[in-house]
Amino acid sequence: MRSRYLLISIVALLALIVSACAAPAAPPPKEEAAPAEEFTYEDEWGVVVIPAGEPLRLGFVAGLSGAGIDVLGLDEKRGAELAVKDKGEVLGFPIELQVEDGQCNAEGGQTVANKLVADPEIVAVVGHMCSSSCIPAADIYDQNHYSMVSPSCTAPSLTDPATHKPIFFRTAWNDKIQGPAAAKFAYDVLGVRKVATIHDGSPYAEQLGQEFAKAFEALGGQIVAREAVNVGDTDMRPVLTRIKAEDPDLIYWSGFVAEGAYLAVQRADVGMEDVYFMGADGIRADAFIEAAGDAAEGVYASAANPGEAGPGMEDFLKAYKEAYGEDPIAPFHAHAYDATMLILNAIEQVAKVDPEGNLHIGRKALRDAIANTKGYQGLTGTLSCDENGDCGVGSVAISKVENGKWVVVSD
Amino acid sequence: MTDFRRSVLRPSLRTGLIFGGVALFLTLVGIIEVFSEREVIDGVVSMSYTVLWLVMGGAGYSAAARYKAERRYLLGGVSGAIAGLVTAVLLGILVVLGTAVNLRSVLVNATPALMRLLTFGQSTGVGVVLLLAAGAIVGLLGGLLKMVPERVRRPLLTGVAGVLVISVLHELIAVLFKSLGFPRGFIRFLFARKGLTPAGALISFVLLASLSVLWPIARSRVNQRVSSLPPRQRRSVRLLTFIALLAFLLFIPDLFQLYWTDVIDNVGLFILMGLGLNIVVGFAGLLDLGYVAFFAIGAYVTGLLTSPASSLGWGLSFWVAWPVAMVVGALAGVLLGIPVLRMRGDYLAIVTLGFGEIIRVLANSDLLKPYIGGAQGILQIPKPSIAGIQLITSQQLYYLILLGCLVAIFVSWRLSDSRVGRAWIAMREDEDVAQAMGINLIKYKLLAFAIGATFSAMSGAIFATKLSSIFPHSFNLLISINVLSLIIVGGMASIPGVIVGALILVGLPEVLREFAEYRLLMYGALLVIMMLVRPEGFWPAARRRLELREDGLEIAGGET
Amino acid sequence: MQRIRVWRVSATDLIIWGIGFLIGGIALWGTIATLREGLYTSSDWVSFLIFGLAQGAVYALIALGYTLVYGILFMINFAHGEIFMGGAYIGYFVARAFDESGFLDSNPILALAIIFLVAMSVSISMAVALERIAYRPLRRAPRLVPLITAIGASLFLQYSFRGLFGTGIKVYPDVEILKGSWQIGGVMVLRIHVIVFVCAVLMMAGLYWLVQRTKMGKAMRAVAEDKDAAALMGIDVDRVIVNTFIVGGALAGAGGVLFALYNKQVIHTMGFIPGIKAFTAAVLGGIGNIPGAMFGGLFLGIFESIGPPLFFTGLGVPSPNQLKDVIAFSMLVLVLIFRPTGLLGEVLTEKKA
Repeated sequence: MRSRYLLISIVALLALIVSACAAPAAPPPKEEAAPAEEFTYEDEWGVVVIPAGEPLRLGFVAGLSGAGIDVLGLDEKRGAELAVKDKGEVLGFPIELQVEDGQCNAEGGQTVANKLVADPEIVAVVGHMCSSSCIPAADIYDQNHYSMVSPSCTAPSLTDPATHKPIFFRTAWNDKIQGPAAAKFAYDVLGVRKVATIHDGSPYAEQLGQEFAKAFEALGGQIVAREAVNVGDTDMRPVLTRIKAEDPDLIYWSGFVAEGAYLAVQRADVGMEDVYFMGADGIRADAFIEAAGDAAEGVYASAANPGEAGPGMEDFLKAYKEAYGEDPIAPFHAHAYDATMLILNAIEQVAKVDPEGNLHIGRKALRDAIANTKGYQGLTGTLSCDENGDCGVGSVAISKVENGKWVVVSD
Repeated sequence: MTDFRRSVLRPSLRTGLIFGGVALFLTLVGIIEVFSEREVIDGVVSMSYTVLWLVMGGAGYSAAARYKAERRYLLGGVSGAIAGLVTAVLLGILVVLGTAVNLRSVLVNATPALMRLLTFGQSTGVGVVLLLAAGAIVGLLGGLLKMVPERVRRPLLTGVAGVLVISVLHELIAVLFKSLGFPRGFIRFLFARKGLTPAGALISFVLLASLSVLWPIARSRVNQRVSSLPPRQRRSVRLLTFIALLAFLLFIPDLFQLYWTDVIDNVGLFILMGLGLNIVVGFAGLLDLGYVAFFAIGAYVTGLLTSPASSLGWGLSFWVAWPVAMVVGALAGVLLGIPVLRMRGDYLAIVTLGFGEIIRVLANSDLLKPYIGGAQGILQIPKPSIAGIQLITSQQLYYLILLGCLVAIFVSWRLSDSRVGRAWIAMREDEDVAQAMGINLIKYKLLAFAIGATFSAMSGAIFATKLSSIFPHSFNLLISINVLSLIIVGGMASIPGVIVGALILVGLPEVLREFAEYRLLMYGALLVIMMLVRPEGFWPAARRRLELREDGLEIAGGET
Repeated sequence: MQRIRVWRVSATDLIIWGIGFLIGGIALWGTIATLREGLYTSSDWVSFLIFGLAQGAVYALIALGYTLVYGILFMINFAHGEIFMGGAYIGYFVARAFDESGFLDSNPILALAIIFLVAMSVSISMAVALERIAYRPLRRAPRLVPLITAIGASLFLQYSFRGLFGTGIKVYPDVEILKGSWQIGGVMVLRIHVIVFVCAVLMMAGLYWLVQRTKMGKAMRAVAEDKDAAALMGIDVDRVIVNTFIVGGALAGAGGVLFALYNKQVIHTMGFIPGIKAFTAAVLGGIGNIPGAMFGGLFLGIFESIGPPLFFTGLGVPSPNQLKDVIAFSMLVLVLIFRPTGLLGEVLTEKKA
């Protein structure tokens, strides 16, 4: 009796081990083959088939939870939703966004990417939002041949030829564009020579601050202090006092609204109200003016050049206000709109409908179509993708707060 | 009449007000509106209405409880209806107020869309009347449900709860069915894209309701059969169960496909950490709030040694880095353990919390940026490979995590019954007595810290290679809190408890991912409710269970 | 007190002291290097001190809540930071309404008093509800269980406020009478700093009087000493515990408004970090000890402000202010190494610690 159990269990165990060893070697999720005989659509990376009557689905990933992050994510989500609304349909198929919260960290990015590639009917992905979330996600999308267009991952490594994944694209610019543009403005137009940089310890702000400092020193300026605060700090007076000892002409802040407003306000408390304060797109939002109050007057910020905006921008802003009852709440809505449009246009080029009414989209063909985007008139300017996936070529404009409003002062 | 007022009206009113408060809260916090995007039964009832009905029905149910023992059915029903009505009245007031005044300048979720939802898309007057009627009816039903005999109520409740659970988990179940080879048509028959189909709901209801009747009978019969077996065969049965469990564990990646395997991977990483912290807190009784430090150390050591892009640039194999990470973790455990040897209880908690924060701040600092990457973290961490096969996907990495967990479970299990384990438990119960009994406190405390840190570093190393990039932001206080919560929710000092706790606190929030903003809200509520309902945890250790059973919760008492 | 252990110097003691002296040595070396560099003027140092005092006063107010609850229930009320946040948050809506109606400018003192009252009552009701719902049923449970409910409640409250009132940053209106600064001996002192500090000290003094001189305080101390004995003496323990939460909540609410008047921005996450810091401060001063919490708070605030420039500038550490938490927690370790029960903590019996 006992030996029989033993035998059974050994056989079972062996079978398990064999199957377990076989499992890791299994190929990535199978794509469904084209059904009709006369209709063929082949793709090196597999074909997405959307049955007639079902919507075409794109993944959308942004940070939708967490203080300070969710506002940025919500803004991107709205941009993408408006793009879907504007496009209406692709070859008669309605479009749907599968919205996922990728948070603003690597774990969230990876989990969500795994969730999206587990669904073979997701065509491509708009997102993610933060570079730390984009980097591991790009690996997964690359293995599964899902194209991604990020509205706001700006880390240079993502489009560095050495580390660029072929499926990665972005409509935001590389940090290497914004930092130097701000430095040039500070050096040439404001004529400052001594600058203190402050970042908030986030990968984005740290990188941007560095790019700014590098460019500013290359121009011949001097970085007299490099400081950092922590996200969530409220009392900036000690940092400012320290910076004041180095007597800078300008403070460059590369982080976001909350801490930026503290810095701008508390500047006066240590007697630095006459020192220029400059930020980046992280603070170029009305929320900053509200949070900093009177201290916002005269603050500079670099951001996408509204002067270059495509003809649709005005209508877009109107539609935004109508749909959500407020003006854009963060800077990346237009980038998200463009990212979504880029994908949808590319799908339109490569998708085919078979005689039974199913939609076929080749993954490689889609990727190539996105990569071949040239001179597309988007909201943020004219978009052309280069071989490393940088599609956002828009230039940087500097704005200034005048009478409680952001006004463009240079482009 | 006054008697009716005192014995029925007033208590029902009070219950209704409490539940109405809950309903108002859920509405204004925005959950009801967000839930409207998800269906429970496709095309029939959305999750928002389900929640509203549940609250109203709950009001009726709990209002009727007073009359249960006396079997006064009529009073139970009336009381339920009153409570449901009162709940609805509060919502009705909100609707009237919300349409008349602009509440949105303070309460952002009092949107027109919400008002439409609450009035069923009708005009305010008609909608409010409908709402009140619905409240009274649902409350009545809830009250009656409480009044019917147990054998009727149980299947009904299980059925309803089952439909809800299945509907919430429908994605997971659909994936499971797909991987088991069910045809697409069948799955579509049961599940719509955002919930159950009416047919699916009906089937789940019937299935679960009958299961709740049959299950106790079947279980007692199986138990009887097994206990009547001779001991040797009983052991074989246990062996077979164990093998079946192992088989299930090995097949998880095939069954659950990519995404859910990834979630299980994350659960596994937390199980590993939980097992480690369980040794420190559960066995040795040293409250550690900075446990994430060792997780970070494991991840950073792995990153530094294996990534060609790190400051060391050695690009070693994961299999070299993994043991190194564990050794460094253990050393760090001892190193951070020494200064706190003399501290107890909450002093220990805050100092360890400080250590965790110090490690994170240092990892993020410009000071150490040249060495460990600062805010930019470490990128390009390679994946481990076995015999030329790289473990790339979460499905492949699963086996690595499973291996780690099995080792950790084995070690914890052996330790718990060993001399060392007993020494820890003695220390946990009373340090002075333990010392008087000849236990070397220093040695055993440091041993606990070292082993706990090793498990955490082991987990961190896998985390690093799984993500292939690490950033200091991943190592925040919330992880320490999460790990502590999971061992307590699971049951202190209990190894299965750690697994259950991790499944609940790491796995469950994943199901809620689409409700991004409300995830942490529900997580917090879940922690409170679970602790109130089961303060001893879901799967308490046998020793604890005995203690708690003997004289209430007294012995483990407030002041030790 | 009742240690059986004979005092002798062991290897571990030596290592612990070694670590202590190492931290202290680095700090001393950094201080000397910084002072020799002479980057900061003496008025800079005074400014650092004042910033630290104002920040520390707010920490102290929150820390008192921790310490009060701890002294009586021996539990860390992790959600106390959220009670602080709740007061500041609701106070904002009142302040905004007053600002829009012009009441804040025409009658600032009265308006501020009302804002304080509203904030304090909100905080009190939050604290009492918390005690009733989340803590009281668990009073006899193992002590980690209420800690977990406290953590859960903390998350729940944070995200409830976020859900109810939106994600955005709310900004307190400017109050004219609080603006401006005084010149004292060549050092500019902001009026708001003085007000925050004075208010905090007054409240702490009031609390001290309450605990030491009133009947309620006596009952609180009795319950802190021994719950069961106090109950036998005819003290309503539940009532005393609720009172404790009321007092702690009131202080947190007032602290919240002071914090908001001083820093302007309020957001649902604002309670978390001050909460942790205040808890640190409470332990630093000796948890359960009221003057200890005050000194711990002030101490922590001053070190956070002065520490980075003082210790790190001379060592050439980049971005020293990023590391202020490292200083705060290292100091905590240092203090606890040499005084394991905090700065002012009594030598607790083993049972309590």
